[in-house]
Amino acid sequence: MAYIDLKNDLPGIRGPMIYRPETGRILNELAEVLLHDEDNTLSRAERELIGTYVSSENDCFFCQNVHGAMAQHYFNSDMDFIDGIKKDFRSAPISPKLKALLAIAGSVQQGGKKVTPDQIDTARKLGATDREIHDTVLIAAAFCMFNRYVDGLNTWAPQDRQIYVDRAPMRAAEGYSQEGLKK
Amino acid sequence: MAYISVDKNLPGIRSLMAFRPETARPLSDLAEVLLRDETGLSRAEREMIGMYVSYLNDCFYCQHSHGELAACYLGGNRELVDAVKKDYRSADISGKLKALLQIAAKVQKGGKMVKPEDIEEARREGATDRDIHDTVLIAAAFCLYNRYVDGLASLTPTDMSTYAARAKQVVEKGYGPHIYAAAQPIPQTENVHA
Repeated sequence: MAYIDLKNDLPGIRGPMIYRPETGRILNELAEVLLHDEDNTLSRAERELIGTYVSSENDCFFCQNVHGAMAQHYFNSDMDFIDGIKKDFRSAPISPKLKALLAIAGSVQQGGKKVTPDQIDTARKLGATDREIHDTVLIAAAFCMFNRYVDGLNTWAPQDRQIYVDRAPMRAAEGYSQEGLKK
Repeated sequence: MAYISVDKNLPGIRSLMAFRPETARPLSDLAEVLLRDETGLSRAEREMIGMYVSYLNDCFYCQHSHGELAACYLGGNRELVDAVKKDYRSADISGKLKALLQIAAKVQKGGKMVKPEDIEEARREGATDRDIHDTVLIAAAFCLYNRYVDGLASLTPTDMSTYAARAKQVVEKGYGPHIYAAAQPIPQTENVHA
């Protein structure tokens, strides 16, 4: 049970977002522009995967399942594919560029100063642009916020992982918004 | 030098916001709501929580930017800001703020580090649900801002007088696109907090 009376029984981040709509609206806008906006050379699948990986490293059950299901939907894959990337992205069947970006995201998760010039050079050599590096760092940093918000308030999360998979197509179609939280 | 090509005349998060205005908007809107709202927690208390998390994350730019902001709201009391960094438990602040700083410090380590006892202690000291919510989200948001600033190796000014000048600008006009779109404030020669 959440540490504070959220006055609603929605799971995960949806609870505090409804509790405090002044910040909920902004957090949704951030997720929308980082993860769903089409004006981006990183695919929605790649961006959701970065969020999933960071949430997994932060051990946030709700976020890694919500965004893992989103990535699974966009990749048109199964849960094993996503779980394999969480476990060891370096040996997963994904592009070298995405692996380089996940390595940067993994460093951000540990702390901003953990990102090294070598990691940036590697990503660049594999074709990553400044904007893609920027978005990777900010997505990883944003999930270090979202994950802490969800677990720091001890919100509840459905344990059946299929529930997250079933909701993903709707979220993919509608994007992230304060209005979409209650659906 | 920053890892990506940003305006070299802009420091820290300002250079990153100018690079990507689409994400700058929610990031500055979030700071405006979390740090300038005065319901329950004062602006000084909110900036103090952000400063302390930035200090724990070893983010020089953020801890000094928000340390100066806290000092501004405290009438120039930098000594109190430094005392909180050194040991908030023995600093001359309320029991409530101490309990909230303890929650913030747990959030900095990870969401699951916050325990029911931490929440109960804050409640005993008079914290409301809303105060606890805002504390957790401020601490979490600084875990974002600090990683953003240092993860892209953005410029960290070493002239400390510039931090006071930027703080004065935010105290007067709040957080928003002006912090990177307008001319950067020029530090005053005399002590602005004298």
